[in-house]
Amino acid sequence: MGHSYEKSKKDATKFILILAAITLLEVFVALTGKGHLFGGKFMFPGFALAGIMIIMSLYKAYLIVYEFMHMKYEVPALVKTVLLPTLLLVWAVIAFFAEGRDWQKRRDLITDKNNIEVDDPVIIRNSQTGMSEDTKVIKTQG
Amino acid sequence: MADTLTHHAPEVEEKLWEGGKSPFKVSYGKLMMWYFLLSDAFTFAGFLIAYGTLRSSMPSWPVPDFVFSIFPGGFHDTPLYFVTVMTFILLFSSFTMVRAVQEGHRENKNGVIFWMVLTILGGIAFLGSQAWEWTTLIKGEHVSVTTNPFGTHTESGIYLEGDGHNINEGDTFEAGDPYLIHQHNGEWAPLKYKVLEGKDQGETKVQSFGPKAFGALFFFITGFHGFHVFSGVIFLIIICVNVATGLYVERKNGYEMVEKIGLYWHFVDLVWVFVFLVFYLI
Repeated sequence: MGHSYEKSKKDATKFILILAAITLLEVFVALTGKGHLFGGKFMFPGFALAGIMIIMSLYKAYLIVYEFMHMKYEVPALVKTVLLPTLLLVWAVIAFFAEGRDWQKRRDLITDKNNIEVDDPVIIRNSQTGMSEDTKVIKTQG
Repeated sequence: MADTLTHHAPEVEEKLWEGGKSPFKVSYGKLMMWYFLLSDAFTFAGFLIAYGTLRSSMPSWPVPDFVFSIFPGGFHDTPLYFVTVMTFILLFSSFTMVRAVQEGHRENKNGVIFWMVLTILGGIAFLGSQAWEWTTLIKGEHVSVTTNPFGTHTESGIYLEGDGHNINEGDTFEAGDPYLIHQHNGEWAPLKYKVLEGKDQGETKVQSFGPKAFGALFFFITGFHGFHVFSGVIFLIIICVNVATGLYVERKNGYEMVEKIGLYWHFVDLVWVFVFLVFYLI
């Protein structure tokens, strides 16, 4: 493997301590940002919180894959075949989250339209059944 | 024949893709483990992206530090403490796994067994913690795949009745404050409140249930991860028994099987980093 046993033993301890420290920092930042610590004096907006958390999590992921899973000792071609496909997920996240927000907008639009009050609607009724010809067609006078 | 081989030796080194030699300098088994993990990463990503999409499509979402705020032993108002403990258990088991692989590289059988047993115990402790968390949600708070009693207020108001837990009549709340609808004698008991601000000011309303997808997403995603941990524990036990019987001593490949299950185990930890991110931190 090209690295001594003693060295790798030290590395394992070093990286687990870094991972633990980042995890504690993440929880600390999350609780501070959401106002659970310091009496809510240092709250900050959700998107900033999410950004910090995502960066810290990606760094944790890097440490696990490169140090614990020994990705840094694999040949470059193998690293590329495993890591490059995951870049597709970057687009998937952007596209699907944008879609999600659009669903919300459309739902709001429908709710708004349902709440529009129409003055004295005239509903065309079928002369035989007395039922509305088409409940969707509501005409307003004038 | 030997002469020809010697003569062509430098060219053989360059023609990595002509068979007989791994261009990636790894065994077939290890390479396939990497590709399995890649495909598994896409499965988890699909789940987590579905969670993000549905969450971003809702005007409000259960507040994680309110939903996950109970600690074993009857402690309340301990936001994210328990899940932090769970994260540490899994991280520690990843460390013991690394140590098992390292002992394998220097063919130290007893060392491999010692660190693998600790890894197995870590995995079991994590599963136990998850079982406790699920039990709290299902039995205590009555969350199910189709029902989500965790809601978030979208307008400020004043409660017209108490729930006998921590809300009293006359308590006020702001938009964004989370709430949990309790059950009384098996019946849902959402509280009445009066809206204090906004376009519905003065109206009396009843607490509504939170986004329905929350329960299904939570149970399916943490359940799928927990199932990975469970299968990991089973494989660790099988391989640990094989180590103990001396099967891998004969193979003389530096306990490569331990390395392969190690890759899988670290991947389970890796996925937890992202489950922890999207379900608890954000």
